Amino acid sequence: MPGLGGRMSTVIKAKISRMLDRAEDPGETLDYGYQKQVELLQNVKKGIADVVTSKKRLQMQSSKLEQNIVKLDTQARQALSQGREDLARLALERKTLAQTELQSLDSQVKELEAQQEALTANEQKLRQKIEQFRTKKEVIKAQYSAAEAQVRISEAANGVGEQMADLGLAIQRAEDKTETMRARASAVEELEKAGTFEDLSQLGGGQDDIERQLSELTSGAQVDDELAQMKAELGSGGGDAPALEQGEEKA
Amino acid sequence: MIVRISGEGQFRLPDEDADRLNELDNRAVAAVEQGDETGFGELWSQMLELVASDGNALDEEELTESDVILPPRDITFAEAKGEFSGDGLIPD
Repeated sequence: MPGLGGRMSTVIKAKISRMLDRAEDPGETLDYGYQKQVELLQNVKKGIADVVTSKKRLQMQSSKLEQNIVKLDTQARQALSQGREDLARLALERKTLAQTELQSLDSQVKELEAQQEALTANEQKLRQKIEQFRTKKEVIKAQYSAAEAQVRISEAANGVGEQMADLGLAIQRAEDKTETMRARASAVEELEKAGTFEDLSQLGGGQDDIERQLSELTSGAQVDDELAQMKAELGSGGGDAPALEQGEEKA
Repeated sequence: MIVRISGEGQFRLPDEDADRLNELDNRAVAAVEQGDETGFGELWSQMLELVASDGNALDEEELTESDVILPPRDITFAEAKGEFSGDGLIPD
């Protein structure tokens, strides 16, 4: 017996052996087995479609992060032009965090794309095996006695079941991965939303948890560099600085 | 002996390889129990190599159950803790 199961494979295997136990007539078992396989193939297709949907959601989150980066950059410039270096620094820290998250999100979406291709290819293989089972069942029905047929068919059905279970496991893994990525991206989005840039007086005050987290996470050097660069740009840009928008901007 | 690499497919290996695979499996369990990620990584590569060097891919049309199912190639150490425990993949 294979040592590795995975919950998914155990469930599907149990289903298949139950269905084999139930029927007494091998011919009936065969037809029912085939019908069940075709049904389960629909589940597999739905599973792959779910992975694609999750991937699309991640891509949407990625473009939201891109918008946030632009917005935070603008806010940093506005703050700096009003002489609020503390706020500018805060905005840049958040921008750095968003950029880091965007990079990892983009590379993971690419990885997911490759997985999706592999899943589709394996679904094709499974379809072939089910087709093979269909052919084989007719041969078995015609050639073997009931007892012999029962043995042969459970072997073949388990072979198909294993393939199906394995694909199910791969789909589940891909889904779990997208869930983790989505949760992380949402957390970063929340950070941006929680940023009280709409109420500057409030922001200037106490250090909250988010800020502390941010300073731990973001590289201070990068923020310093960007801040210096922004200062230089604003300095050379002449006196009339853009007015700070308060609470107007909401992506 | 039929071995499946999860997510990839099935391979037919000479029966003599069972002992070798079982030995690697037991050592992988020991590595996981000791929290030895590097050691586990090496053993896991050896298991995959054994299948690659001695195994022949099964014809797509064969409908056979595997004797051993190896986890996905890119298994993480955290996932390995769930799979490589007790008797490991191959019951002793």
